Amino acid sequence: MLHEVLLIARKDLRVEWRSKVTLGQVAPMGLLVLVVFAFAFDANTRLLELGAGGLFWVAVLFGGTLLIQRAFEVETDDGNFDAFRMSTIRAPSLFLGKSLGIFIQVVLLELVLGPGIVLLYNVRIDDWLLLLAAALGGTLAFSVCGVLWGVMAAGTRVRATLLPLLLVPILAPVLLAGSRAFETAFGVRAEAGWTWASLMFVIAAVHAAVGMGTFGFLLEES
Amino acid sequence: MSPARGNKYMTASPATRVLGVVAVAAALLMALLGLIVSPADVVQGQAVRMLYLHVPSIWIAYGAFVLTAVSSALFLIRSRRREDSGRHHDRLAGAAAEVGVVFAGITLVTGMLWGRVTWGTYWQWDARLTTTVLLFVTYLGYLALRRLPADPMIRGRRSAVMALISIINVPIVHFSVDWWRTLHQKASLSVGRRPEITGEMYWTLLYSTLAVTIVASWLIVHRYRVIRLEELRDEEALNALIASRLREDE
Repeated sequence: MLHEVLLIARKDLRVEWRSKVTLGQVAPMGLLVLVVFAFAFDANTRLLELGAGGLFWVAVLFGGTLLIQRAFEVETDDGNFDAFRMSTIRAPSLFLGKSLGIFIQVVLLELVLGPGIVLLYNVRIDDWLLLLAAALGGTLAFSVCGVLWGVMAAGTRVRATLLPLLLVPILAPVLLAGSRAFETAFGVRAEAGWTWASLMFVIAAVHAAVGMGTFGFLLEES
Repeated sequence: MSPARGNKYMTASPATRVLGVVAVAAALLMALLGLIVSPADVVQGQAVRMLYLHVPSIWIAYGAFVLTAVSSALFLIRSRRREDSGRHHDRLAGAAAEVGVVFAGITLVTGMLWGRVTWGTYWQWDARLTTTVLLFVTYLGYLALRRLPADPMIRGRRSAVMALISIINVPIVHFSVDWWRTLHQKASLSVGRRPEITGEMYWTLLYSTLAVTIVASWLIVHRYRVIRLEELRDEEALNALIASRLREDE
């Protein structure tokens, strides 16, 4: 199974490497979102510092949604899901492989956005370990939820508008937990940051289990 | 849940007509009790009357979403066993979700109006309000997915999976938002706990829950039949199209 997962993830990342969409388009767009937030808050440095955690995750949501859409567009445009159905690759492996591909791309996006909020919003990091744990949990949760809903919207003519409508309410707890955990890591909020970070791992585990169990149903129809 | 024989294109049957009359009568009595018989609250004043619709609406919304999830699970099991089987479960899931969304919307509107009078603001980022609005948007997404043009079985399976994930997500959303902040008053009615309201208000609220349940059941039955008729219309249109192409070929 691990071999199949890595095979799928490698394929997605190779497609991505050749097109350079993540680093060439989505990451700059994420940075642009961070700049636009400063316009919205009238460049109030204190406000931006306080809200940096939440703004980071909203920027990840914007960029990540584009990455998920793209990850499924490349499959459906060429009818690749038919090929998957005929291949010996099992649905759970495909789900985990695509999640791993998205996870790595979102990590790359975060590696651009992270320094972005530190530099633009004047953020100071107090707890590196919590920050890394929250980023890992949030990215895992985002990836598995994204793949689960991405396949549901895949192949439809309205996928560009449908995916955010399906994804955002499901990701609301992740955005909330990610924001609070980051704010604790930045030292702007004295809260149970580790509990929030743990919640994201729980969300990731629940959705991973559901995704592995139901991806076969969804794949049949994509 | 099918209409009477001979009424293939109707959504009513003798039983649902009776149910409809009972629903209208129950709603009228509810309005009478809630607006006239029940006294104003010492603290909340006349605003308490809003709760007679607000509280039953959220109960119905939650119940309808659970019904959607159960029907979806049954649909997935049946359709897995035999293709083109269990479509009535899919229709019931769709009908219940539509009614659930309507009642979740009523809950939000009445809650906001009540909040304006009691808290002095239409919206507070309180746990239950936030959870309800997320639930409302989640099921709007579910209905959008159901509206996509596709084979009914394909659409049904996708929607069923979404319904199951959405119901699993409800406690996660509620827990996270509840943890975030809580301002909302405790539940007015709760199993195994002494109610916060008593007397005529208590009985009016209890009766309102029954009346709203009857109205919701009536709506679900009719929405179920409308969905069935829509499927029938699509099938007949497709058959007519195939027949005309066959005639052209001849």
